[in-house]
Amino acid sequence: MTTAASSDAVISVQGLAKHFGPVEAVRGIDLEVRPGEIFGFLGPNGAGKTTTINILCTLLHATAGRATVAGIDVEHDPAGVRSRIGLVFQDPSLDGQLTAQENLEFHAFVYDVPAAERAARIASALEMVDLTDRAKSVVMTFSGGMKRRLEIARGILHTPDVLFLDEPTIGLDPQTRRHIWGYLSELPKRHGVTIFMTTHYMDEAEYCDRIAIIDHGQIQAVGTPDELKSMVGGDVVTITTADNAAAAGEIAVLAGSDPIADNGTLRVEVADGAAFVPRLVRETSVEVTSVAFRRPSLDDVFLKLTGRAIREEEAGSTDALRMMGRAWMGRGQGR
Amino acid sequence: MSTPNGVMAGAPAVAARRRPSSTLWPTLRAIYIIWYRDVLRFWRDRTRLLATFAQPLLYLIIFGTGLSSALSGSAFGGAGAPAGFSYTQFIFPGIIGMSVLFSSIFAAMSIVWDREFGFLKEVLVAPIDRSAVAIGKALGGATQAMFQGLILLLLAPVVGVKLTLMSVLTVVPLVFVLAFALSAMGVAIASRMRSMQGFQVVMNFLMMPIFFLSGALFPLGGLPGWMTFLTRIDPAAYGMDPIRRVLLDGAGLPPAVLDRMGLTIGGTILPIIGEAGILLAFGVVVLGIAVRNFRVRD
Repeated sequence: MTTAASSDAVISVQGLAKHFGPVEAVRGIDLEVRPGEIFGFLGPNGAGKTTTINILCTLLHATAGRATVAGIDVEHDPAGVRSRIGLVFQDPSLDGQLTAQENLEFHAFVYDVPAAERAARIASALEMVDLTDRAKSVVMTFSGGMKRRLEIARGILHTPDVLFLDEPTIGLDPQTRRHIWGYLSELPKRHGVTIFMTTHYMDEAEYCDRIAIIDHGQIQAVGTPDELKSMVGGDVVTITTADNAAAAGEIAVLAGSDPIADNGTLRVEVADGAAFVPRLVRETSVEVTSVAFRRPSLDDVFLKLTGRAIREEEAGSTDALRMMGRAWMGRGQGR
Repeated sequence: MSTPNGVMAGAPAVAARRRPSSTLWPTLRAIYIIWYRDVLRFWRDRTRLLATFAQPLLYLIIFGTGLSSALSGSAFGGAGAPAGFSYTQFIFPGIIGMSVLFSSIFAAMSIVWDREFGFLKEVLVAPIDRSAVAIGKALGGATQAMFQGLILLLLAPVVGVKLTLMSVLTVVPLVFVLAFALSAMGVAIASRMRSMQGFQVVMNFLMMPIFFLSGALFPLGGLPGWMTFLTRIDPAAYGMDPIRRVLLDGAGLPPAVLDRMGLTIGGTILPIIGEAGILLAFGVVVLGIAVRNFRVRD
C-alpha cells in the first residue's frame, strides 16, 4: 500500500473488519478504487458485501481497520463522507406518497444543492433516466425498474464523487436490468463519478472495469474481468459420465489437475479444449455421456477461488422474498 | 446564508472546500424539510384525516350522550354545577386531548414505517446532523396532532361549549405544547423500534393507559391513592387539565366547579402556566433522548 497509490484512490480500505457479536461479517479487507472506474464487489449473499458498503457510507462502525472515501476518513468525518457520496440501496428508499419530483426536491434540499440550480438539476436527472413525463406521478405507482431509475437519478443529484449501489438490479427482470445498466455505464463518462457496486449476478460483473471477488468476508481476488478469467487458465470443460466418482481420477491424470464436482458434472480447466475432448473420450474407461468446453466465465473464477459456484437458485429465492416484500410495501405505503 | 463554495459540478472534488460538517444552519434546514415532508404527506392523505375525525366523534356523540343520560340523576359535576352542564361538555376538551394523543403517537410511529420501508435510510445517510431527524419528526408530528385536535373545536357549538376569542387563542398554544410533548415521546420510542410488531405493545401498554389516566374521561380528584399517583405521572394529564379549564372557563362554568375538577398536586391547584411548563420540560427531555438514540451508529 504505497502512499502514491492511496493519494489518487477514491476509496481506500485497509484491514477493514466488522464483527456482529461472534459473527465475523468482514475479516480484514484491503481495497483501492480508482477515480472514474466502475468497481464491482462480487460475492454470494452473506459474503459481507452490504456490510462493507454500510461501513464505507458511514452507516456502520468498523470493528477494525481504516477506510477513506473521497480522501475523507469514514470514522473521523462521517458527515464529510456523506456529503460526497450517493447511495442506491438494495431496497427502494423512496417516499411512495410523494411524487418523483418531490423525492428529488427533498434530496436536493437535504444535500444543500444551491436553490438556483435545483430545478435544472432535477429536470436533467429525470431526463437522464427517462422519467421526465412521470415527474408529477406519485412514486407508489412506479414499477420496480422505474423506482430504481429514480433512485439512480437521485443518487447523482448532488454530484457526488462516488456512487454506491448495493445490488442495484436485484429483483428486476433481465430486460430491466440491461436497461438500468445502460444508464449506469454512462455515469462515469457523463458525470465523472466513480461507481462502487455489489452484485451476485455474474453477468453483471462483466460490465465492471474491475472486480473484487469476496467470500466469507475476505477478498479472494481483484482485477479486470479478463485478468480474473485468465486466472482460470485456458478452457473450461464440463463433463458428465456414467460414474463421475470413478472417472474423476482418470480425468485428473489426463487434464493435469483435479476436476471439481459441481451439480452432477465434473469441471476441469485445460489449456486447449479442442484437443482435450478427443483424448478424453478415447482414454477414459468410464463412458462419457456429455462433454462441453468454453472460454472461462467469472463463474469459473469464483468456483476456482472458493470451490463452489454462486448459485442462481440461492439468489432466486431471496429475490422472490424481496419481491413479496415489495408487493406488500406497495400496499402498505398506500395505507 | 448563501453557499460560499458555490457549485463544483464536474470539477475534480479533491480540493473542494467543504463547509464545516456541523453548523446550526444546515440542521435547521434539515429540520424544516423533514417537517415539511410530514406535513405534505399528512395533507395529501385525506382518508386518514377523515378517519381520525371519526373516532373523536364517536366518543363525543355516542359515549358522551350515553354517559350523560346515565349520570343525569347523579348530578355530574356535583352541586354547584350549572343546570345545563353535561358529561358531554366535560369530555369535550378531553376528546380534543385524546385526538392529540393518538395523532402524535401515530405520526411518530411513521419513523418505524420509514425504517421498515427504506425512506429512513435516505435521511440517515444524508450529510445532516441526526438531531434534525428527531426534531423534525417531533415537530411534524406535533403539527399534525395540533391540527387534528384543533379541528374538533368546530364541534363546540354542537356539544354546547361556547367558544370565546380569548379561550381559542389560549387553547392553541396549550394544544401545541401537548402535541409537541407527546410527539417527542413517540419519536423517542420509535427511535428504538426496529419493526412495526412493537407497535401493538406500545398501543396497549402506553397509549391506552396514558389516555385513561389523563383525565380525559373523568375528573382526577378524589381517586384512590395508587390511581392518583398514576394520574400525576401521566404527562398527558398536564395537557388535558389546562385545555379543559380554558375551554370550560370560556364557556362560563364557575371557577369553583373548575377547581374541583382540576389537577392538584398535594392538594394544591397548579396554575395553567405551571402545567404547561411541566409538559414542555417533559417534551424537551424525551426529545433529548430521541436525539441521542438517533445519533447512535452500530
